[in-house]
Amino acid sequence: MRERLTSLQDEAAIAIANAESLDALRELKVKYLGKKGELTSVLRGMGSLPPEERPVIGGLANEIRAQLDLLIAEKESAFEEAALNEQLATETIDVTLPGTPVKLGSIHPLNLVIEQLEDVFIGMGFEIAEGPEVETDQYNFEALNLPKEHPARDMQDSFYITPETLLRTHTSSVQVRTLEKKEGHVPVRIICPGKVYRRDDDDATHSHQFTQVEGLVVDRGVSMSELNGVLLALIEKMFGEGTEMRLRPSYFPFTEPSVEVDIYHPEKGWVEILGAGMVHPRVLEKAGYNPERYSGFAFGIGVERIAMLKYDVDDIRHFYNNDLRFLRQFRSE
Amino acid sequence: MLVSYEWLSQYVDLEGISPEDIAEELNRTGIEVEVIYTRDPGVSGVIIGEVMSVERHPEADRLNVCLVNVGKGQVLQIVCGAKNVAAGQRVPVALVGAKLPGGLHIKKAKLRGVESNGMICSAQELGFPEKVLMKEQTEGILVLEPDAPIGIDIKEFLGMNDQVIELQLTPNRSDCLGMIGVAYEVAAIFDRELRLPMTQDMPLQYEAPINVYIESEEDCPFYAAQVVHDIKVGPSPQWMQNRLISAGIRPINNIVDITNYVMLETGQPLHAFDYNRVQGGQIIVRRALSGEQIVTLDGVTRTCDDQMLLITDGEQPLALAGVMGGESSEVTDETVTILLESAFFDPQMVRQTSRKVGLRSEASARFEKGVDPEGILPALARAVQLLCQIAGGAVASEAIVKKVGDVEEMVINLRHERLVNLLGVQVDPEEVLDIFRRLQFPTEVTDEGYAVQIPTRRPDITIEVDLIEEVARLYGYDRIPTTLPWGQQPPGGLTEEQKARRVIRHTLMDLGLHEVLTYSLTSTALEQEVASLFAVENHVSLAMPMSAEHAVLRSNLLPHLIEAASYNHRHGNERVQIFELAHVYLPGHADETLPEERLVLGGLLTGKQPAGIWKEQPLPAGDFYKAKGILDALFARLGVVDVEYQAVAPHGFHPGRTAQILIGGEVAGLLGELHPQLAKKHDLSRPVAFQLDVERLFAAIEGPLVYQPIPRVPAVTRDLAVVVDEAVPVGLLEEGIWQAGGELVESVVLFDVFAGEQIGVGKKNVAFSLAYRAADRTLTDEEVSKVHERVICHLEETFGAKLR
Repeated sequence: MRERLTSLQDEAAIAIANAESLDALRELKVKYLGKKGELTSVLRGMGSLPPEERPVIGGLANEIRAQLDLLIAEKESAFEEAALNEQLATETIDVTLPGTPVKLGSIHPLNLVIEQLEDVFIGMGFEIAEGPEVETDQYNFEALNLPKEHPARDMQDSFYITPETLLRTHTSSVQVRTLEKKEGHVPVRIICPGKVYRRDDDDATHSHQFTQVEGLVVDRGVSMSELNGVLLALIEKMFGEGTEMRLRPSYFPFTEPSVEVDIYHPEKGWVEILGAGMVHPRVLEKAGYNPERYSGFAFGIGVERIAMLKYDVDDIRHFYNNDLRFLRQFRSE
Repeated sequence: MLVSYEWLSQYVDLEGISPEDIAEELNRTGIEVEVIYTRDPGVSGVIIGEVMSVERHPEADRLNVCLVNVGKGQVLQIVCGAKNVAAGQRVPVALVGAKLPGGLHIKKAKLRGVESNGMICSAQELGFPEKVLMKEQTEGILVLEPDAPIGIDIKEFLGMNDQVIELQLTPNRSDCLGMIGVAYEVAAIFDRELRLPMTQDMPLQYEAPINVYIESEEDCPFYAAQVVHDIKVGPSPQWMQNRLISAGIRPINNIVDITNYVMLETGQPLHAFDYNRVQGGQIIVRRALSGEQIVTLDGVTRTCDDQMLLITDGEQPLALAGVMGGESSEVTDETVTILLESAFFDPQMVRQTSRKVGLRSEASARFEKGVDPEGILPALARAVQLLCQIAGGAVASEAIVKKVGDVEEMVINLRHERLVNLLGVQVDPEEVLDIFRRLQFPTEVTDEGYAVQIPTRRPDITIEVDLIEEVARLYGYDRIPTTLPWGQQPPGGLTEEQKARRVIRHTLMDLGLHEVLTYSLTSTALEQEVASLFAVENHVSLAMPMSAEHAVLRSNLLPHLIEAASYNHRHGNERVQIFELAHVYLPGHADETLPEERLVLGGLLTGKQPAGIWKEQPLPAGDFYKAKGILDALFARLGVVDVEYQAVAPHGFHPGRTAQILIGGEVAGLLGELHPQLAKKHDLSRPVAFQLDVERLFAAIEGPLVYQPIPRVPAVTRDLAVVVDEAVPVGLLEEGIWQAGGELVESVVLFDVFAGEQIGVGKKNVAFSLAYRAADRTLTDEEVSKVHERVICHLEETFGAKLR
């Protein structure tokens, strides 16, 4: 019986080694190791053995079974690997072909800058205020210490709708609107982005429609050094840490002292980016805030100017031509 | 204001201070310097010579052969083509080797066989702009004063070595519209000594009758006049001409030049009338009559209204007060006696007059800012002195002065604490006092701070904060520290609506649309091209538009989106997918002053996808369904669910490919292909556009997000294919399924629509995949079949559907 087992083992081992496919291998497994397989049929003769040999032969049979199982498993994995390799070989693609297009759009660069400015100021506790683009002469001029015959009205020639209403010439018109809404409460800390309009012929540096972000802070004891601090924070966030800032005295009827703010551009030198100042006492007064108790500062940022500097745009008309070759470049930041 | 460095250096000690230093410090302290330029446009090797003889060129009629003495015993033969060359003239001579503007290089030459050793120059050849030249200087060679020194450099003689600092003055700094004002400012900045010109009183030599009446004292609270006789009209001295040219003013004759010179020096405009053309030596200052006419010095007839002021002699108008003199009393070569005027005219009146007649002069620019009342008489005296010294004049009357009241001395109190608190810096009181000393503001120390006397030359300083600014700018803004405001910090942040606007922008960007920004102003013609969401009869329109293209405020975003698409198409950007989120402007109700500004979202898709191996699957009806898909994605992103589309045919849209969008049952938008005619007009291929009323959209945003449990039992899916008439909208079928299916229907997904011969003419096959589910149990086949049958029955009965 021992011989029969070992010859079965040899025969099976050769058959497994010669198997040519996974199917053939599975057939061999059934043939030798299945319930009705040859190994089982040999073992059926165990009953005729002397009792002391039975465990020896049984042990041998288990050994042979284990060994054949192993051979089959090895052969199986060899077949699977070959099949996989073949599959991989046929499935090779050209990885340099372009990806399936998923086209992204873009945000207009002026709105991109506005969002950045909003986020900078929100971080400093500001809210976003809004006001109408068609504005009364009162809010656009009178309440800002610019009476009808003020020579500074020449600085911003306007589009009037009626003698009392016009397209706002600056976002400063929201200053008094905001203060009136706050009804004397402090702190006031707002910015207001928006479109503004002036009678200018459109050229590389002028546009009859452009964009500003107004800022206003009113509280007890607000000083010019704080205006300085807020502007520096703004400039560093927009143009990078260490950007140099310069304040120059200037004139706006609704702020005093007034400043014009330049930043240092490595190629262009000092470039003006915004006007600001301490809120004029008459403006506070007109809005119902006692200038002896409260003070504040205001600023007006030219969004086009910031965008032109930040993205190195040389002609303001690019912002309004809406050429996709231009717009496409502005992903969000 | 153009400031001659040479001139300024006469009035303030500028030792060691360059024009660049001045510009830098003016910028730093509040007066913007536009540019510094030299009067020399690139001239070298040109000196003054005397023409000794002029002979006709033997070979050329138009040329002359001149012998020119250029000093040091040197006489040059020069061929000259100018008609006005004559023996005895002093002229600019460009020597061999000289350089002239425009790269001209003078070489020894032979002209038709005659040797020429240089060139006699015209004013233009020396680089003088025509606007500063007298008429006779614009043709031929430049003839200099007969006593011009032979042999010296022409640049020195004509002031071409001077440098000019161009100031960009803000409206409050009218004090710097005169050299003396600039000198005060520069002296204060650099703490240098002022050396203002001293005026000598001239003796009275004649008695000419003169009477001044002011009828309109409001318009003219101060008027001074004086008569000067024995005037010899001629060119003014070269030094004066040089300074005028540096200031951008054309020399005319000594009389006009002196009035201009004194104006530039003091900031006070003066006017000289020919006394013999002023009837009876009488000046009457009065309002003009409506329609009254005056011919001004520039030869133009101006028609006045009763808001304008005239200087008259009782018979005829002599000048449009504060703006320009009249032709009838103009100083001419024959003038021997002049009446000189120095006055204060109401700034608003001058400003309005100048605007109405469309004439802005150097004088009106100063009067409309308000001149210094204390400077009126000194300016008059200064001009009289110059007339006597350089125009042969003799004083023929006292200065006649008519004025209302006196200027009150103004003292402003400045509290030191206020100064420190507002600037946020501990300024030393000594330094404050020093700043006022430099500004020449007499100051006394008080308990709280300072009592500062404001000179009348600084009308911009009227309240305490004006003084704070004055201190701050001279103290130096760069010395103000940087702190952060802090006190009570409010939370800040965006409102829900502001957040939702950002969501719209970013969602559309992520879906492949590009945001554009177009003008709010448009034309009525464009507005009428395509239907708006809002019916507008009368647009909000500008009172005085600059052009028809920008005459009214838009009520519709689409026309400009169409233009933007068209622009891109013309510039080779074939595929256009754009959107804009902006206001439209709707006329308000009669009782509202301001129009309604309504936020609208507009979009447009057009053009073929550029070629490439990965093409998007072309959709039936092009971009309509793409745009609809984009909108549906946006609605989903915002949490807007109750949206319906209904076929409509508004103006400018394709009548068979347009829907109105209903949100919550109300019209909130339009989506459609633009009408083929409109598309053709703008050269666009199958453009699809949409507009949404953002207010409606936001109103429909669902409340706070609440989690829906994930179903634990499986859904049962059944497909449903029916054949219906082609005209039956799929949307209605879908609605029918929901209605008939009731609450067990979980989803209805359209997966096929097709028409063809096998279906039958005028029919289409529509196939849906339905999912049925109950939240609490697994549905049995029977249950599902019952509902599904009901759905089929409903479709058959309502739409005549046939199960396929």
